[in-house]
Amino acid sequence: MFRSRQEKSGSRSQRARRVIPATLAVLAVGALAACGGASSSTDSGAATPGGGDNGGSGAELQLWTLQNEGINGVQQAAVDRFNESSDAQISLSTYVNDPYKTKLQTSIGSANAPDIFYNWGGGNLKAYVDAGRVADLTDALDAAPDIKSKFIPSVLDVATIDGKVYGVPMQAVQPVSFFYNKDVMADAGITEFPATWTELLSVVDQLKAAGVQPIALAGSQGWTELMYLEYILDRVGGPEKFEAIRLNEEGAWKDPAVVKSMEMVQELVDHGAFGSNYAAVSYDNNGSQALLTSGKAAMELMGSWEVTSLNDSFPDFLAAGTLGWADFPVIEGGAGDPGNIVGNPSNFYSVTSDSDDVEAATQFLLTQMASDEYVDALISVGQVPAITGLGERVKVGQFADFNAYAYNLVLDSPTFTQSWDQALAPDLAQTMLLNIQQVFNKQMTPQEFADAMDAAA
Amino acid sequence: MSSETQTSSQAGRPGFIWAVPAVLFFGAFAVLPMVAVVYLSFTTYGGLEAPVWAGLDNWKRLTTDPLVVNSLWLSAMLTLLSWLVQTAIALPLGVYLASKGRMRSLLAAFFFVPLLMSGAAIALLWSTLYDPNFGLASIIGPLIGVEDGNFIGNPKLAFYSVLLVIAWQFIPFHTLLYQGAARAVPVSLYEAATIDGAGRFKQFTAITLPQLRDTIVTSSVLMLVGSLAYFEIILILTGGGPGAATRILPLHMYITGFRGFDMGYASVLAVILLVLGTALSLVITKVTGFRKMASQREGL
Repeated sequence: MFRSRQEKSGSRSQRARRVIPATLAVLAVGALAACGGASSSTDSGAATPGGGDNGGSGAELQLWTLQNEGINGVQQAAVDRFNESSDAQISLSTYVNDPYKTKLQTSIGSANAPDIFYNWGGGNLKAYVDAGRVADLTDALDAAPDIKSKFIPSVLDVATIDGKVYGVPMQAVQPVSFFYNKDVMADAGITEFPATWTELLSVVDQLKAAGVQPIALAGSQGWTELMYLEYILDRVGGPEKFEAIRLNEEGAWKDPAVVKSMEMVQELVDHGAFGSNYAAVSYDNNGSQALLTSGKAAMELMGSWEVTSLNDSFPDFLAAGTLGWADFPVIEGGAGDPGNIVGNPSNFYSVTSDSDDVEAATQFLLTQMASDEYVDALISVGQVPAITGLGERVKVGQFADFNAYAYNLVLDSPTFTQSWDQALAPDLAQTMLLNIQQVFNKQMTPQEFADAMDAAA
Repeated sequence: MSSETQTSSQAGRPGFIWAVPAVLFFGAFAVLPMVAVVYLSFTTYGGLEAPVWAGLDNWKRLTTDPLVVNSLWLSAMLTLLSWLVQTAIALPLGVYLASKGRMRSLLAAFFFVPLLMSGAAIALLWSTLYDPNFGLASIIGPLIGVEDGNFIGNPKLAFYSVLLVIAWQFIPFHTLLYQGAARAVPVSLYEAATIDGAGRFKQFTAITLPQLRDTIVTSSVLMLVGSLAYFEIILILTGGGPGAATRILPLHMYITGFRGFDMGYASVLAVILLVLGTALSLVITKVTGFRKMASQREGL
């Protein structure tokens, strides 16, 4: 499923919570989901059309976004600023993650469709674009080059389909990188985080000799394992390899680089990098984080939300300053630029093509999403916006150092590949996650993986 | 004529009008979705655009889907083993708790705790217990030969680990059924048997078990049909993993439909489930003669 994975300031990992709504959604929605579906909508924004009738041009626009204590206030403020100076009035509705997807999926072609909607870019957005439901923002952005240039290009690319822009980034960038326990590394005599694959393997051996599990892996959830494949394929074959897969090119899954990457994954498994019981470890109940913070494991590959999530569950660990972070190692002889990153570039707002007032909705995105007020407000709740030229401005708050690291990582990256399970069509993504788990569990060989994915694509 | 109808309605035989709410409810929430799901199984439907007729395409996919045989087998095993394990524990326990005694009511109070918890809460609780590094699994595992505590991550053990949790959730309910039924067995039967010199075990097999016959059928239907359609604990605990080791048919349907947004093929799986579940409960009631509703109290 597409995950939002955004950082949540002051609340527990959203992943842990998703589970219950997911189950409830099944019970509530059941077989009738096709007919409209239940969802928990809370109108936090209570539309207040300014002064009675709005006259002719004042459309009432619906903005749908995900429930998130930290960010909703920032979004509401942006809506209020817009409403003050516009005939069209926007009202904000917030939804819980999993019901939202069903709600959006079933309502977007109907009369109940929102005007502006939160989405994940990539394959998720493409489905709506292909159905002709999303307004093309290219011309509007080109007409305002000073605004367009504010969005980090590699992030804006994720909402660009066939050369046309269909969405604008509206919250934090979430690159994936390694996190490690500085004390454990030091105790094993490791002074620097491995910069190359060879070094990584030797560090794995060193840590094993020191009696700790080298890498924590929440292997009961396929998306944590997917991150390895994403990075390794990018380093080995370059971002073009996944681009070919995404575009469903003939034989893309059978590319030798894909097989090679999966072999390297199994090389890590065989080296004992993840210990033996990783398939039972869950990220939702902090199983892998507990390994990292307790010192039973030395590192974990995870998205940038790891920092706030660790802070929610293990605040002492964060306060002690033992958390380190580092780029994914370079793979010797690989074709990919070592500056490339993977993860969730951002989330996006898009405008529906059936909206009562496409122009006003577009104006909202242009005037608000890159505005200083919005950007500063995002930073103040711990989000690192996908906006260029922020420099030292992101270096505030409790996680200033990490925020600056994540910001520069994204800013300097030649390409930012979106998490595959979000970039691909949802049914293919499910098959892929299942097969990746089987490769990690040695139930499937790398070649079988390539063949199975080729057959499914 | 008219006086006759009046008499019969006065005798507590209400007309059709009384059944209207139930029929409407059943029609709207059971029959209609069933018809819809059969229709959807012949379409391509992602929820985004209107369903497109696809003929037998989805049904043909059954033959090429490597997961479908696996999930059918797992569902069959889960259903059968759940029934065996839960009945074997719930029946004796229910009978035991039916007798009077302070200890027993205290024990009963503890046994019934899982009844109060939602499936999602139980699954989250057990996922913490099954954590191989910090959960109970890390302590119990080494004692029973699973050195690394890897229960739900091991393709061979995951299925039985899940089975255990489901049993833990449902045994209390069935125990309650058996407890109530055992309490309803007339004491005079036991008194007579005691006079005839029947021991405790003989009394259990000759009196208690036959008297519980209808309860056994009820409980079995609930268990068999229930575990066929059951999946929330598995969804949360293992997500069908590791790999596809616990991907039972309903979960396969859920993931296909609500994560893969392939509603057409998911509807095919739903139809199979529907047919299996209906067939199963028909067979059980037929075989056991449950529908005759015969009294067990003749001669009393």
